[in-house]
Amino acid sequence: MSTGSDTDVPRRRVALMVTCLVDQLAPEVGVATVRLLRRRGVQVEFPQLQTCCGQAAWNSGLAEEARALAERTIEIFEPYEAVVAPSGSCMGMLHHGYQQIFRDDEAWLRRARDLARKSFELSQYLVHEFGLSFAAVAGVDEHATQVATYHPSCHATRILGVADEPLQLLRAVRGLQLVPLPRAEDCCGFGGTFCAKLPELSSAIVETKVAHIAATGAQCVVSTDVGCLANIRSACAHRGLPVEVLHLAEVLDRHEVAKS
Amino acid sequence: MSAHGLTDDFLQRAQHALGQDFLRQAVRKTTDRLRDGRAQAVREAGDFEAWRDALSAARRRAIARLDAVLRVFVERASAHGVQVHFAADAAEACAIVVELARAKGARLAAKGKSMLSEEIELNQALEAACVEALETDLGEWIIQLAGERPSHIILPVVHKPRAEIRELFEQHGGVTLSDETKVLAGYARDRLRAEFLRADLGITGCNMAIAETGAVALFSNEGNGRMVSTLPKTHIALMGMERIVETRADFVDLMRLLPRSATGQRITTYVNVLHGPKRTHELDGPEELHVVVVDAGRSQQLADRDYRDALACIRCGACLNACPVYSTVGGHAYGTVYPGPIGAVIEPLYARDDERRAELANASTLCGACHEACPVRIPLHDMLVSLRQANARQGRGDRSELALQRVAARAMAVPFVYAGGGAVARWFGRFVAGDGAWPRFVLQHTPVLQTMARQRVLPQPPLRAFRDQWADLVREDMRGSDGR
Repeated sequence: MSTGSDTDVPRRRVALMVTCLVDQLAPEVGVATVRLLRRRGVQVEFPQLQTCCGQAAWNSGLAEEARALAERTIEIFEPYEAVVAPSGSCMGMLHHGYQQIFRDDEAWLRRARDLARKSFELSQYLVHEFGLSFAAVAGVDEHATQVATYHPSCHATRILGVADEPLQLLRAVRGLQLVPLPRAEDCCGFGGTFCAKLPELSSAIVETKVAHIAATGAQCVVSTDVGCLANIRSACAHRGLPVEVLHLAEVLDRHEVAKS
Repeated sequence: MSAHGLTDDFLQRAQHALGQDFLRQAVRKTTDRLRDGRAQAVREAGDFEAWRDALSAARRRAIARLDAVLRVFVERASAHGVQVHFAADAAEACAIVVELARAKGARLAAKGKSMLSEEIELNQALEAACVEALETDLGEWIIQLAGERPSHIILPVVHKPRAEIRELFEQHGGVTLSDETKVLAGYARDRLRAEFLRADLGITGCNMAIAETGAVALFSNEGNGRMVSTLPKTHIALMGMERIVETRADFVDLMRLLPRSATGQRITTYVNVLHGPKRTHELDGPEELHVVVVDAGRSQQLADRDYRDALACIRCGACLNACPVYSTVGGHAYGTVYPGPIGAVIEPLYARDDERRAELANASTLCGACHEACPVRIPLHDMLVSLRQANARQGRGDRSELALQRVAARAMAVPFVYAGGGAVARWFGRFVAGDGAWPRFVLQHTPVLQTMARQRVLPQPPLRAFRDQWADLVREDMRGSDGR
């Protein structure tokens, strides 16, 4: 099987949209993303001017500020062949939110749509470009099978429409036993600024999520968005639930490394 | 949180709800049951998405040419002897009903379930005119006896323990009852049956009008809707201006989706399609049928492209059941007639100057579950964002919080400010997540963090951001290693 390093295969080039949350809160997710892509022969670029896609401002009702951030995000990423982000939420913003922001500005709307067409959430990109072969050969130490459960991020599934890809990847990982999460589709209660505006309510919602996670007996819970993950992690830690809370990129990277 | 925050009212009511174990369990259990029912119905339906497409299109078609559709309805309904009235607002709607009651010398109005009647506060208007208004839907009757508001669009009494219902009935009738459903429902049936026969007026809502046939349709699971619309001599149906479809075929689309979305039933126990008052030779039915078409903010909504789509709502309650906020705190936390995501959208539209209703736009995680559950695909999550924008434009809410967010958003547009600000924020995050007297002091004086820290373990931000590690990753690539 080609690992992409063969000289006759043209290297794909993608720009990494690392997202502000990963950049500031979970850089290890960005690192894992870069390694996953490189292992598949992708040349990863990191446009240094990128900051935030504007979602936080947009969801807080700050339309002008959100628009400024959206415009610069488009300007920064549109020169690249493809854009990949380890986040369903920020990709959802780029695909759906930008349509709202620029709904009365045809020129920008076109640019936003053009960018959206070549922009992907990580699992989407991996499955569509490389299939499941990489994950399928991966496996942890022979003696250990890790039991994991998957929390689908609301924005990945409902806004961006990425539902199956993360599960396909996780199911293909040898040594990972995927158990279903009860009421997996329920929001974890993060909601961006929601968790700061209504912290008690956010905590009550994530409590239910954590109870469902605990009920699976999984050692590890996986998702595609660090917002959900940070929220779930902080609640699991508070409850003393010994569960690893990991981004999909970290799980895949870890298993691919273990394999080799 | 600041005392001036828009979210404060909602927050207080939500906190109250969070402290009530029964309410939380009951609301969660019921919304889960309704969601599971809907999911089962979706699985059995096979082409549920095609049905959604059809109904979404039908509803939007009717809304797009609402004036013409209403004209056809009036024409056809009048031909069957229905008297149609138009009310610009709640006060006018109440006045029309009160006037009809006066003209009939009515003393008792038996009511079927109607959220619109709650919206226009008809019971209060009738009582003020010395007409007794009696709710005959079991849940609504309980709510009336308790002097409360419904906490769910279709299950008004979801928040109430059985024992409390028993006590209400015992007080009402001076009897001793048990907590059994059979006993409680039996008591209600005995008491209400007599009232149907005594009532001068029957007042119901209208789940949907059909323009083509000039008919008014009622969906219900209790026989009361049929009793109220046939036994009293005069039947008044309250109809939201937008609750209409053009054709019988459109109505079939509605019949498929309303019960399935609401409770998971394939059909409700009763579906009454009323074409007019009793005709000569007919034994049952009222002598007069009045339809009061109520605007009360709807035409303003029709003119607003941001929220027009919400007029397609069929009031099934699916968005309430799907909402993580509603299913955690229940309907009373919203402090409005219509709770849940649909309430958070339409309530501020029906009372545009009401700051307290405007705050409801924040009572959402924007998870999109409401949109996903909605049989007519109303993008409620996008509308909540639009409402937040309107709030920001009008300077509603916590000004300092908004100013802070604005500064942060502007800083994000300048890479070095973003990077520097991020470094400071991460340092602060590590500081407060750490041990010691100083972090504790800071936590104690930052209410939001304090609240969060009580219920979670605060995250420990990393020393270096991803962008600070990029140079290492470039070197790693050049070495051809990936850090194994």
